[in-house]
Amino acid sequence: MFKKLMLLATAGMLTVGPVAAAEKVKIGFVTTITTPAGVIGRDMVDAVNLAVEDIGGKMGGLKVDLIIEDDGFKPAIGKQKTDKLVKQNDVDFVAGFIWSHVLLASQKSALDAGKFLISSNAGPSQIAGKLCHKNFFSTSWQNDQTPMAMGQLLNQKGVKSLYIMAPNYAAGKDMSAGVERVFKGKIVGKDLTKWGKGAQLDFSAELAKAKASKAEGIFVFYPGKAGGAFIKQYAQAGLQGKIPLYSVFTVDSIALPKLQKAKMNGVMGSMMTQFWAPDLDNAQNKKFVSGFKKKYGRYPSFYAAQSYDTIFLIKSAVESVKGDLSNIDGMRSAMEKANFPSVRGEFSYGNNHFPIQNFYSREVVSDADGVWTTAIRKVVLKNHQDTYATQCKM
Amino acid sequence: MDWVLFVTQILNGLQLGVLLFLLASGLTLIFGIMDFVNLAHGSLYMIGAYFCATLTEITGSFLFGILLAIPATMLVGIIIEIIIVRRLYVQNHLDHVLATFGLILCCDALVHFTWGPEGMAIPLPVILDGQIEISPDITFPTFRLLIIITGLIIAGTLYLVITRTKAGMLIRAGASNRTMIGALGVDIKTLFTLVFGAGAAMAGFAGMMITPITEASIGMGNDIIIVTFVVIIIGGIGSVKGAFLAAILVGFIDTMGRSFLDTFLKLIFTAESAETAAPALSAMLIYILMATVLTFRPQGLFPPKGR
Amino acid sequence: MQILTNFSFQNRSVTLVFSVLFLLPVYTSLTGNEFYLDLVNRLMILAIAAASLNLILGHGGMISFGHAAYLGIGAYSVGIPAYYDINNGLLQLFLAVTVSGIFALVTGAICLRTKGVYFIMITMAFTQMVFFGFVSIEEYGGDDGLVINTRSSFGQLLNIENNLNLYYFILISLVACLFLIHKIVRSQFGLVIEGSRSNDQRMRSIGFDTYRYRLTCYVIAGCMCGYAGALLGNFTNFISPEMMDWSASGELIFIVILGGTGSILGPVFGAAAFVILEEWLSSLTLYWHFIFGALLIIVVLFAKGGINGILTYFGSGK
Repeated sequence: MFKKLMLLATAGMLTVGPVAAAEKVKIGFVTTITTPAGVIGRDMVDAVNLAVEDIGGKMGGLKVDLIIEDDGFKPAIGKQKTDKLVKQNDVDFVAGFIWSHVLLASQKSALDAGKFLISSNAGPSQIAGKLCHKNFFSTSWQNDQTPMAMGQLLNQKGVKSLYIMAPNYAAGKDMSAGVERVFKGKIVGKDLTKWGKGAQLDFSAELAKAKASKAEGIFVFYPGKAGGAFIKQYAQAGLQGKIPLYSVFTVDSIALPKLQKAKMNGVMGSMMTQFWAPDLDNAQNKKFVSGFKKKYGRYPSFYAAQSYDTIFLIKSAVESVKGDLSNIDGMRSAMEKANFPSVRGEFSYGNNHFPIQNFYSREVVSDADGVWTTAIRKVVLKNHQDTYATQCKM
Repeated sequence: MDWVLFVTQILNGLQLGVLLFLLASGLTLIFGIMDFVNLAHGSLYMIGAYFCATLTEITGSFLFGILLAIPATMLVGIIIEIIIVRRLYVQNHLDHVLATFGLILCCDALVHFTWGPEGMAIPLPVILDGQIEISPDITFPTFRLLIIITGLIIAGTLYLVITRTKAGMLIRAGASNRTMIGALGVDIKTLFTLVFGAGAAMAGFAGMMITPITEASIGMGNDIIIVTFVVIIIGGIGSVKGAFLAAILVGFIDTMGRSFLDTFLKLIFTAESAETAAPALSAMLIYILMATVLTFRPQGLFPPKGR
Repeated sequence: MQILTNFSFQNRSVTLVFSVLFLLPVYTSLTGNEFYLDLVNRLMILAIAAASLNLILGHGGMISFGHAAYLGIGAYSVGIPAYYDINNGLLQLFLAVTVSGIFALVTGAICLRTKGVYFIMITMAFTQMVFFGFVSIEEYGGDDGLVINTRSSFGQLLNIENNLNLYYFILISLVACLFLIHKIVRSQFGLVIEGSRSNDQRMRSIGFDTYRYRLTCYVIAGCMCGYAGALLGNFTNFISPEMMDWSASGELIFIVILGGTGSILGPVFGAAAFVILEEWLSSLTLYWHFIFGALLIIVVLFAKGGINGILTYFGSGK
């Protein structure tokens, strides 16, 4: 009996061999689907599906085979899934990645195997600098860029003193460093709060300090569910109208519907910076936003926008080599040209394969149907390249 | 030191402490009476939050939402007790940890399935949504003050129930000697189910109280359950008084750590190293407190008598 | 295969399991299915960690809810030197084992004064401290973790950058650890530990200083798990505080119980079941955690001996 069981087990494990590479482009997409962060992953997966639909399920004459994997918000699982995509599914492109730490853990697996790795969100400084790789591309931004734009915006607005709040992890520290690098006024206080599993969501103590500091502005970075929680407490603590809110990656299309439902009017008119917004004026973005709203009944987030771009970037590569997926060099040089319709409009790639792009100031407004969204105000940084590009020897 | 800030932070600490007490009192009773380690206590906190958010949305009133969600959460607790937990009492702590760890995974997946991954918010009624003036200098969020008051009322009621009523007597007896109350001919099964249900209701209520502040989300209970365990371990397992004092203590220490530790460290170290060390150290504070307490009192501050 | 036949506790299942593990790479290289090698690598590392936990949990009755700390300490003992381009494997392994040992000695001395649930929770508390400690060290990646670009180097002796070599290195480590545990359990020392689990009072009245015995056992388990952590760091090429989270400790307990506490192969079966379940269920449905959790409850309620118990039952009934 025992032997039989073992044989069955091993046989079961081994029969699922790699499917012979057919006339398909295989794209592995790693994102977070379980855990509360799954809400971000859902937006990304929805956008990728929409993109594949919009191109008729084909690129360069090949069928698109999309394989979605859940990293469970854990670097180790992300790496495991990347290994699986590379070794078992033998994908041509590994894409996705919300979190810097998951991307950092997984990048070696994909790149060492000679695959293309495309980050649809995470932009850690290491990969922009020392760890840059010829087969890595980003359809988002480097972590520091957006807060630097915010620092610039604060200077333009003549804000003299600032209170900073961010989660205590590398991206949070990057964001705060980015603002501090550019902002010319005085930082009157800074809190780095507990993050990761068991993240702090009750900011009573920090908000009390911010209030006591009498700063002219408060800068925050709270992605995902923490964003909504922060905004509510900001209003409940009576800071609204006293200390204006400036944020990055906090007030997005994921947080806004919930805030509107909870009637958190305090967020109206608050400012943020970003490379994209739903109302950015170009044909591809109009098609994307209206298509997304039609299919899913909500505004896409920037995570969705970047994921949508990911598919079009891959499409440009596959088409340039007419579907010959063994022509890695050809595909690489095609992608380096950034010659595809991007939802952010025209942009170019830097030596480290991070976009050189505009950053805009955005304001929370109510759209024609009374739905809360964000609207572009003006360009804060034009064709901005990240500061780590110089460390990249490529 | 800025005394306005100091008073505000004392109130914030009290609010956190009260919230922890709502969770810890149920957990410590379940622990003390049934000798049951319930990691899934936090799941009831989450379920209470989701119930309340949904019912508030349906009825349009936060108050009705709470009033309906409390019995609903209690019912879930009772069902869990009857189907799963009851069978576990005879097994050892290790089995409890594992089975309730499994229960957490089940609850999280079910909530994900039912409500989706994005979490839920509860809008507060306008009168609760503002700030209240405590003195000319000090304003404090009205809702947080309400949490403190209701929490203290519940703590007081619980104290009266435990010290003055027959059920309370049985609970006290159960916490110090379980076999004895069985021998006295008390219907233990029902008592256990009711205690579990009451614990569930209080945990759920805590979830309802925090949701207007932080939103209901998957896994919210897992974040707080570990801290709750720290509370009841410091207080001494089975002691509601211990749970209350430890909850307030942990609430204060956590809040004070978050507010003043960096200023304090800057007196000793450079600004930069203080800035990195403070968040980590303040996150560690309560665990350090627990390890210290257990080093000197291996059974916590107030171990129930007769153990 | 010489080493296998030397096992005094050998029986057919041990031989079978290790033969399969020994020959697996031949199969995967023939079919070009390298991914399974990765799964088995993870499985074997988890098995070492679980076996070390089983030593204190199964044999000693010390329910540590913080065993993942050693995995983390072991992994960072590879990662931090590698960060400074110190890749000497022997040094890294030495660090992993000694630092884990010291941590186990210090915390164990305090933890073992408590009993029951207090022990469960205080072991968890110390691990949380290590967790937050590593989160705060920005130099080594903090919460984001640390990429290990170069694996441990053993000079001309062995190159584990090669996946096949790493596989056999881990396999031999697993065999050695299980063998060591087997020896410990059968020794007088092991008997005292077992005795202290079932009746501590009596062991003490016979004249054994059980506290010291238990502490020693606790330290041995810590060292071994630290070693497993060093392997894990090498295998994943990446480490983060996440691997020391309390749920990671919970998973280790799950593996031990799933496999069954009583036997030498239990942790291997437990780890295999865990890895296969995780891989298979997560491909099945988005809500796989539900099945996983339900399975946990079922194992606790109905399958007391774990997988090993079930297999023994069928094996003897054959």
